[in-house]
Amino acid sequence: MNSVVCIKRVPETAEATLKIDPANRKLEVDNLVFGINEADNYALEQALLLEEEFGGEVIVVSVGPPETDEIIRMALAKGAGRAIRISPENLSELDPYSIAKLIAHELEDEEYDLIFTGCQASDDGFSQVGVALAELLGIQHLSMAVKMETEEESATVNRELEGGLMAQYKLNFPAVITIQTGLNEPRYASILGIKRAGSKEIRVVEPGSWNEKMVELNKLSFPPPGKMAEIFQGSPAETAEKVCEVLKTKGLL
Amino acid sequence: MSKEIFVIIEHRRGTIRDVSYELLTKANDFANNIGGSTAAVILGNELDEMVQHLKSSAHKIIALKNEKLGDFHSEYYQEALKSIIEERSPLLVMLGHTSASYDLAPALAVAMGLPLISGCSDLRLEGNKVITLNQVYGGKINAEYSFETEKGGIITLLPGSVPAKPGGLSAEVEEVNVSFEREFEDKVFIQFVESAAGEIDITQAEKIIAIGRGIKEEDNIAMIEEFAQSIGAVVACSRPIVDAGWLPKDRQVGSSGKTVKPKVYIALGISGDFQHLMGMRNADTIIAVNKDPNAPIFGAADYGIVDDLFKVVPAIKDKLAQL
Ligand SMILES: Cc1cc2nc3c(=O)[nH]c(=O)nc-3n(C[C@H](O)[C@H](O)[C@H](O)COP(=O)(O)OP(=O)(O)OC[C@H]3O[C@@H](n4cnc5c(N)ncnc54)[C@H](O)[C@@H]3O)c2cc1C
Ligand SMILES: Nc1ncnc2c1ncn2[C@@H]1O[C@H](COP(=O)(O)O)[C@@H](O)[C@H]1O
Repeated sequence: MNSVVCIKRVPETAEATLKIDPANRKLEVDNLVFGINEADNYALEQALLLEEEFGGEVIVVSVGPPETDEIIRMALAKGAGRAIRISPENLSELDPYSIAKLIAHELEDEEYDLIFTGCQASDDGFSQVGVALAELLGIQHLSMAVKMETEEESATVNRELEGGLMAQYKLNFPAVITIQTGLNEPRYASILGIKRAGSKEIRVVEPGSWNEKMVELNKLSFPPPGKMAEIFQGSPAETAEKVCEVLKTKGLL
Repeated sequence: MSKEIFVIIEHRRGTIRDVSYELLTKANDFANNIGGSTAAVILGNELDEMVQHLKSSAHKIIALKNEKLGDFHSEYYQEALKSIIEERSPLLVMLGHTSASYDLAPALAVAMGLPLISGCSDLRLEGNKVITLNQVYGGKINAEYSFETEKGGIITLLPGSVPAKPGGLSAEVEEVNVSFEREFEDKVFIQFVESAAGEIDITQAEKIIAIGRGIKEEDNIAMIEEFAQSIGAVVACSRPIVDAGWLPKDRQVGSSGKTVKPKVYIALGISGDFQHLMGMRNADTIIAVNKDPNAPIFGAADYGIVDDLFKVVPAIKDKLAQL
């Protein structure tokens, strides 16, 4: 079984102080740590599990700058066979549609049973690329997989709905499946894997400027101060005291 | 180009989902501002009762009927919507940013050659441009996106972006019997599956202590359990804690977990992504502890402490012991 996994390099922003560039178009990234998008890590794991069970090859694809090779190498170290990195000149201007188009273009000559993507990237949060890619390739898709039982040519997949409910589908290959976090337990790369990854191929595709986009980013800004919590100041002992007071006044102790 | 706004109605097991009324509220406002009108587009098999519920909320209802549309199936939905959108050329198609639209909207947009902006919380028309407001980077930054409406376009709106209000309209109903030229047998809906219920029902709890990724390690949860027990609270969590297998799924708060409404919700090391906020923002009192002063959770909380939870929690425990 051959699978393609689309992975995106994203900044870790949950604990970071963010800055926007003077043109209000980009995040300043100098002080940020980057990694593989969380859902893509589960997508990669799923592809590796299928390769172990059914044989075949795992191909990693990413649209991104040279620094992306870091997360690609890690995917190769975990067991992916080879990688394609697509690097157009105007990377920062791409919308999800143009990313999907770039990937679709590169996959034309590949043979695959399944294409995995994450269900959402943690930076722009669009949740579009996987499903758009399926439509561009003319194959079917299922998004937000949280459980998957795979056979040679089909899978039974639970996709996540709201409130803990799932919808189960039977899906024949080839197909795109977008993966939600929690589907499996992503592995760590072994020392041997990391050594082997050095000799695996990352094919770099440079399509120049890529002008297929449908949506413009006008500007980035910080959310205006809206309703804001009353912040308790002081030492932990002092702030703890205030928490207890709140609980007491509300009759909760 | 018409000035009609299509609102795609979402329903499950015979009931219209709340997000659809929010969408209609937003769409009616938008249509008023531009001198346009709204059409609620509902797809399904048995629609009469749901159509009645929609009557006061849109200018028009388009009911697309076929037995294949009974349960959500993105391919059949896409086919049916494609033909009606091609025929009527609405200015804008609006869907909820829900699981269903994750599966449907990007493929529909590609199939029709239409621009798509997903996950917006607001939108406006300026000249011939639709401009949206989106939350990116986990809610820490706002982004404004736009597309030209020459051919139309699609947007998906975050649930909870606007409170639903009554429309006071009376819609004319148009029924369309859809036929499909092909069958999509390579993808078959089998059934709904509920996630297993555990012994604790967080939706009934009066006091909730919720932990997020800031808890760092599974071993640290014991300390929180102890704290919770001392004040008669239950422990709930954000999604990454369930993904890691540290707490069961029924303790997860948020769009893909439970919606809770306790008297007090204490959020420890939770950033406050909208998908989490959707499950807890209606708690009576929200107290957040997070070491990042810019964490979006502080925008939803009543009281906040900007500090290390591993310092604050023991201090609260000490204080409680002294009471
Ligand atoms: C379709 C979909 C559905 C989803 N559904 C849900 C859902 O139902 N519920 C949900 O919760 N999420 C859901 N998510 C995930 C959501 O998008 C966020 O990724 C998630 O809520 C983040 O969890 P977190 O706040 O615990 O972690 P993070 O965003 O990583 O935040 C951790 C926080 O802890 C703080 N912190 C770290 N250390 C400390 C310390 N020592 N003391 C104090 N603070 C500290 C950091 O400053 C940071 O703010 C969903 C995602 C998708 C795509
Ligand atoms: N630049 C990219 N390169 C490779 N895959 C991507 C890229 N952007 C998005 N994806 C894939 O598409 C998924 C959804 O991304 P998005 O539509 O941006 O939320 C991600 O989880 C990735 O699997």
